[in-house]
Amino acid sequence: MTLTHLQRLESEAMHVMREVVAEAEHPVMLYSIGKDSSVMLHIAKKAFFPAPIPFPLMHVDTTWKFRDMYVMRDRIAAEPGIELIVYKNPEAIEKGINPFTHGSAIHTDVWKTQGLKQALDKYQFDAAFGGARRDEEKSRAKERIFSFRSAQHRWDPKNQRPELWRIYNARKHKGESIRVFPLSNWTELDIWQYIYLQNIPIVPLYYSAVRPVVERDGTLIMVDDDRMPLFPGEKPMMRKVRFRTLGCYPLTGAIESSADNLPEIIHEMLLARTSERQGRVIDFDASASMEQKKQEGYF
Amino acid sequence: MTSKRGEVPPLHAVQDPESVASRAAAEIALRVRKGLLRFNTCGSVDDGKSTLIGRLLFESKALFDDQLAALEADSKRVGTRPGELDYALLLDGLSAEREQGITIDVAYRFFSTNKRNFIVADTPGHEQYTRNMVTGASTADLSVILVDARKGVLVQTRRHSYLVSLLGIRHIVLVINKMDLVDYSREVFEKIEADYRQFAEQLGLEAATCIPISAVYGDNILERSAATPWYHGPTLMGLLDSVKVDEMRLVDDPFRLPVQWVNRPTSDFRGFAGTIVAGTVRPGMAVRVLPSGQTSRVERIVTREGDLDQASVDQSVILTLADEIDVSRGDVIASAENPPEVASQFEATVVWMHELPLLRGRSYLLKIGTRTVGATIAPIKYKINVNNLERLPTSTLELNEIGVCNLELDRTIAFDPYRVNRDTGGFIVIDRLTNDTVGAGMLHFALRRSKNVHWQAQDVNKAARASIKGQKPRLLWYTGLSGAGKSTIANLVDKKLHSMGRHSYLLDGDNIRHGLNKDLGFTDQDRVENIRRIAEVARLLVDAGLIVSTAFISPFLSERRMARALFELDEFIEVFVDTPLDVAEQRDPKGLYKKARSGKLKNFTGIDSPYEAPDRAELRLDTTIMSPEQAAEMVVAYLEAHGAFESA
Repeated sequence: MTLTHLQRLESEAMHVMREVVAEAEHPVMLYSIGKDSSVMLHIAKKAFFPAPIPFPLMHVDTTWKFRDMYVMRDRIAAEPGIELIVYKNPEAIEKGINPFTHGSAIHTDVWKTQGLKQALDKYQFDAAFGGARRDEEKSRAKERIFSFRSAQHRWDPKNQRPELWRIYNARKHKGESIRVFPLSNWTELDIWQYIYLQNIPIVPLYYSAVRPVVERDGTLIMVDDDRMPLFPGEKPMMRKVRFRTLGCYPLTGAIESSADNLPEIIHEMLLARTSERQGRVIDFDASASMEQKKQEGYF
Repeated sequence: MTSKRGEVPPLHAVQDPESVASRAAAEIALRVRKGLLRFNTCGSVDDGKSTLIGRLLFESKALFDDQLAALEADSKRVGTRPGELDYALLLDGLSAEREQGITIDVAYRFFSTNKRNFIVADTPGHEQYTRNMVTGASTADLSVILVDARKGVLVQTRRHSYLVSLLGIRHIVLVINKMDLVDYSREVFEKIEADYRQFAEQLGLEAATCIPISAVYGDNILERSAATPWYHGPTLMGLLDSVKVDEMRLVDDPFRLPVQWVNRPTSDFRGFAGTIVAGTVRPGMAVRVLPSGQTSRVERIVTREGDLDQASVDQSVILTLADEIDVSRGDVIASAENPPEVASQFEATVVWMHELPLLRGRSYLLKIGTRTVGATIAPIKYKINVNNLERLPTSTLELNEIGVCNLELDRTIAFDPYRVNRDTGGFIVIDRLTNDTVGAGMLHFALRRSKNVHWQAQDVNKAARASIKGQKPRLLWYTGLSGAGKSTIANLVDKKLHSMGRHSYLLDGDNIRHGLNKDLGFTDQDRVENIRRIAEVARLLVDAGLIVSTAFISPFLSERRMARALFELDEFIEVFVDTPLDVAEQRDPKGLYKKARSGKLKNFTGIDSPYEAPDRAELRLDTTIMSPEQAAEMVVAYLEAHGAFESA
C-alpha cells in the first residue's frame, strides 16, 4: 500500500518542522489565523507529539483583520501548550496607518512587512515558519522550502541554496535568518481536503453566510466594523458570501457562494475558475508585485 | 492521516445522502485516495519544454480563468506564436527571467489526473545550470527528457540522461517533441529512438520509454494521436499515471530511520522522531542503532492519533525502544538483521555547485540524512565530461563540474550506497565559513582502509599521560601576519612553561616547512594542506599530554576552524597576535615584505594573499601596546586561569 498524496505531504511537512527545531536556535511559527496557518499548526502538533509545540506562534497584527479572526486567534492562544505572541508595529499604531487613508501598498508595507522585520529582530528569532505555498503565485514556485534571509531580511532569488533530497541546510551566521515553508508543495485543494479529513477548526468566514458587503472596483468587500468609510449613497448589501483567503478585511474580496460546509467548498473549488489570490487586492498593485515585496522582506 | 498507510479515515457522516454536500463528500472520498508522483523535466526552451508543461497543466485543467486570462494577455504581448496561446509563459516566474526569455532556476508545478497528483520540478537545460537540474532531479521518481524531432539526440540529451542516471532515477521518458514539424514521420522517430537506446545502455538506463509528441498540438499527451497510427506505446499522461514510484521499491528494503530529534517531554518518555527512509517497522522488531552498534527492540510507534502496528517508508513517526540506550540526532535506527555499513572513508561522486572551486584538503561540512560531520575531499580521482562521459584528471572541481573522489570524514557514519537508497547515501557539502551549500554527492562504497585502520584504543590514555605531568593537555594556536611576533611570543611562553616544570613543545612554521612539509608551496591549496598536517601533528602531541604551541600565519578562518574541530572543548586556544600590516611590514625581520612588494615573492599574506582575522579568538595580543614579554605573561596567565595546571 503506498501513501496517499496527502499523507506524503503531511509527512514532508513534519520532517521539515523537526529539522528546523533540531537545527535552529530560536524558531517561531508565523500564525496568520488563515486556513494555511491552521493546517501548519495542526501538523506541528503531530510532529512533536507527545511534547507540546517547542516554539511560540506569532501573529503580526495589522489591527484590520476580520473580527472573527481575532476570536479564532484568542481561542488558539488559550489552548494548553500554546504560546502566542501578538506584535503590532508601534510606528503604524502611532501614525494610524490604515488601508483607506494610506492605500493598500503603504498599509501592507508598514504593518506587515516592517512589522514582521521588527518583530523578528525584537525577539531574535532565527527561523520563522510560514504557510506559503508554491502554487499561490509564480515567484513562490521557485522559492526553496528553507528560504534564506540576509541580516536585512532580504531574499535574493538569484542566490538561493540548492535544496536536494530531504536534506536541508539550516546553517547561518548571527543576524541572518531563514523562512521555512513546510507547506510549499501543497495546493489550495490539498489544504481544503486535509482540513476536511482532519476536521481542523477554521475561521467561520470561510463558510458561506449572509454578510454585509459593498462592491468596490468589482470586488465585494465586507463591512466588518464601523471603521469602514462608506461613499455618499453607498449602502452595505446583504449577500450570501464566503472567503477563499483571509487578510485585512478592507483588502480581502468575498465571493458569492452558498457553500456552508467543507464538501461543498471543495466541490466549488473543483469547479472554480479563478485562483485564490484574485481575492487579494495587494497582488494587483504592480506587475511582479509579489516578487518585489518578498525581496523587501514581506513573507 | 498517519494512522493507516494509504487509507483514509472515515469521512464525517452527512445527513441527507442526496444533498450536494453528500455527493461532494463521495467525490472527495475518491480524490483523497490518489497517490503522488514527482518528476522532473529536462530540455531547453527550444525543445518546447515549457510548452509541454504548460500543456500538461492546461490538459489536466489545473489552470484557473484568471490565469488563462493572464496567459492570453501575455501571449499577445510577448508570445512567440501570434494568435496562439504560448503555454511557456505560464512557467516563467521571475520577472528578470521573463524578459530574457529563459528559466534559470528550479520551479515546482502541480497538477493532477483522476489517478494521481503530480509535482513537476522544471529544471533548465543550459550547461551552466547543472546544479539546478541535479536539485530538481534529486526528489524525482521519473524524468522527462525532451528532444526536438528535427534535431534528434544532442549533446545536451546525453548530458541530461547522464545526470538523471547519476541521481538514481529509474524511469526515463524520452519525449520526441515537435513531431508536427517532421510530418509525424515514423522513420524519424525510430531513428532517434534507436540512437537513444544505444546511449542509454551505456548508462545502464534500461527503462527508457520513447513517445512521439507535439506539445503545441497535444499529440499523444492525453490521448493517442491519429497522426501517429504506427505508435503503439503509452501516451505521456498514461505513463505518468501508471509508472511505479520509488516508494514501492523501498518499502521492501531493510528498515532505516535517521533520527531527527529526541522527543523527551517528561522523564518517563523518550521517543526518537524521524522519517522512515526504507522498509517497514513493527513493535517488537529488533533494531540496531548506528554508528554505535547498540541493539534493542522497538517498543511503540507513537503518533498523535494513537500507536501504530506498523509504519513504512516516507512516514514521519516517533519510535520508542525497549532499552535505555544512547540515541541522538544523526544516528540511524535500522533493521538489526540488515544494518547499513559504518565507515569514515568513502568513494563518492561530487557535483560542485558554487562559484568558489572545491579545494582539495580543505575541511568542509557534510550533511547526510540528519547527521552533519567534518569532511575533507582528497584526492579527486577524475572529473567527468558530462557530454561524452570522458574521464579527465583534475586537482579541483569548478562550478557545475562532476568528479569522483575519496572522502574522509572526521567520524564514522552509517550509510548505504546511493544507488540503494538516496536518503542514506546522498549528501550535501557545506562551506564552514559562508554556510552555503557548495556541493552535493552520492556515496559509492566505503574504502577498505577505513575498515582496517581503527583508532588504536590505548590503555594509557591522554588524561593519564597529562596527569603525571601535573597538567592538562592544551594547544596554543598562534595566528597572525608574518612579522607579527608569533614565534617570539611562542618561544617566550615555551621558556616560561619549561621553567615552571610543565611539559611543552613548540611547533614552528619554518621548521616544519624544512621537513614534514617541504613538498608544499604557498598556493591556497598548499596552505590548506600545510595547516591540515600541522593540526594533525599537534593532535598527536596533545594526545601525548603536552602543552603544545604552534606559530603559523594560518591565514584562513576555515582551516583554523578545521584544526579546532580536532580537539576537545577547552583544549584549543586560539591566540591572535594582532599586529597591523604597516607595523609588521616595518619590522620585516626576514626581509620578506620587501621581496613581496617587489614581486619576487608571490602569494604573500597581507600583500597578495588574504589574511582572515579571527572572529572569536580566546586571546588577542595587541603587540602595538605590549611587549613580547607582557604578551607571554598574558598567555601563561590564561592557561593558569583556565585550569591547565594542576596545583602542586
